[in-house]
Amino acid sequence: MRAPVFWAIAIAVGAVFILLTRSFITNEYFYFAGYVVLEYIVLSTAWNILGGYTGYTNFGTGAFFASGAYSSAVLHKLPTLVHNVFGWTIPGVPLPVMILVGGLVAGAMGLGTGYLTLRLRGVFFAIATLAFTIVVQTLIVNWDYVGGSRGIYIIRPAMSPITGSYIQYLFTLMTILVVISVGIARSIENSRLGMGFASIRDDELAAEASGVPTLKLKLIATTLSGALMGMAGAPLPYYVTYLDPTSSFNLSYAVNSVAMPVIGGMTSWIGPVIGAILLGTIQQLATVTISSALNLLIVGVLLILFVIIAPNGIVGLVNSWRRREA
Amino acid sequence: MAETLLEVKGLSKRFGGFVALDGIDLSIDKGERLGLIGPNGSGKSTLVNCLTGTLQNETGTVMFEGKPLNGLIAHERTRMGLARSFQLPKPFHSMNLIDNIRIPLLYTVNARHGHHLTDTAIAERCEALLRDVNLADKARRRPRDLTQVEMRKLELARAVATQPTLLFADEAMAGLSHSEVEEILAVLFRLNEEGLTIVLIEHIMSAVMSFSTRLVVLVAGHKIADGPPQEAIRNPEVERAYLGE
Repeated sequence: MRAPVFWAIAIAVGAVFILLTRSFITNEYFYFAGYVVLEYIVLSTAWNILGGYTGYTNFGTGAFFASGAYSSAVLHKLPTLVHNVFGWTIPGVPLPVMILVGGLVAGAMGLGTGYLTLRLRGVFFAIATLAFTIVVQTLIVNWDYVGGSRGIYIIRPAMSPITGSYIQYLFTLMTILVVISVGIARSIENSRLGMGFASIRDDELAAEASGVPTLKLKLIATTLSGALMGMAGAPLPYYVTYLDPTSSFNLSYAVNSVAMPVIGGMTSWIGPVIGAILLGTIQQLATVTISSALNLLIVGVLLILFVIIAPNGIVGLVNSWRRREA
Repeated sequence: MAETLLEVKGLSKRFGGFVALDGIDLSIDKGERLGLIGPNGSGKSTLVNCLTGTLQNETGTVMFEGKPLNGLIAHERTRMGLARSFQLPKPFHSMNLIDNIRIPLLYTVNARHGHHLTDTAIAERCEALLRDVNLADKARRRPRDLTQVEMRKLELARAVATQPTLLFADEAMAGLSHSEVEEILAVLFRLNEEGLTIVLIEHIMSAVMSFSTRLVVLVAGHKIADGPPQEAIRNPEVERAYLGE
């Protein structure tokens, strides 16, 4: 399927999904829970661009995600700051703009991190990204303007810019981000860029010897991946209404964004989507029925099971069944 | 007089305190078939790595077709026309054979000024390259389905796909049987006849002697012989390096 056709289908599926949920589901909790699952689809798809396509395991999801969230917090306070400093009254920044800015900030961070860390490989790169999260978290903890370690309250606007409640608005925006991130991932996968990423994942020396500009491609991957993670994080302050470093840099973001593509399958765009829907839904159900403390346990158990039984994830499992059938 | 393709002057490479290459001078002419031999650890692969940009040399200059290569990284040198195969085959495992060949066509040939192969042209060229090394019937298979000799052929086909002017075949026959060595040699002879300059780094002396028009011998990072193969192997220093005192 050609990329424009896929984009058209993805947009249509997204639009139908929004219309159906808006038409038939009135329970607000569905939107709260669904938002998290959608958020994880974006995060795991973004992670997979660097981790799955290019083969660089990133444990710094929390840093990129939180940078998006905190850039929104800064923009949220911007009118007050401008008023206090210059005496001017400016309107509040719309959330879609915050999402774009979050993407730019996290994308720039991805580019910078890439320059500093992409000469490292394997476990050393993974450790560097984990350390990067700690560095960014420490900076935020010591930045008083965004609340430092005590966090910051964000008052959600009383009215949604579109029909329905504000959580429905957030749910709609996250659905759009899902369409965008999945569309980008699918377009990359079947392109010259995607083949370049795959060659780096398979053998970086051979890729370089085949004319692939590996550093440039890896920087594209870190920038894109970081930007999408930042975009996923940008609406967070309006979802949680209280943003603090402990929750926004939570290790569960890093663990989930690794586990979901691993469980779904890392070499295809659909893998992270399947993994995020499966794991995200199970986690939400466990939160409601048993305890939210079980979430990481579920992830851990499933991850171990899949690494042993289906190292190529659900997509790999299905593909091998198909091959056997043929 | 033959035209010089590659000119190396005073090339040195150290790994910490270990001198892997020490002041290597080397000149390769267009269309030549150069054999590069030496005992294990003599610096053959390090020299190839330095010339193809996988490693950066500390001293010395490398000129290729009159242009300096110093400071250029591997993919830039590949795009200029230097290709290599690896001692241990490094196929792209997740791709089928066609896609293994497609990568250099997309990233080398199409990256050169004035070149833009269409999808159809790329597909045709992939098939032709695989046909040339007798792998056409396995075009849709993954590298894991290949035998050792087929893996070596894929390695050569992928290097040739970059449309190089100079090919370094780094132990392309290691671990192969006599008949398989002949198969690889036939491929290399054909490529040379088509105008490709080839540097063969090899331990199998019969193959090196039958293929090379000139032989360079490295020992402990120094070039100790450079000349016609029969002369080079009779060099007392070469005999000492291989047979001892």
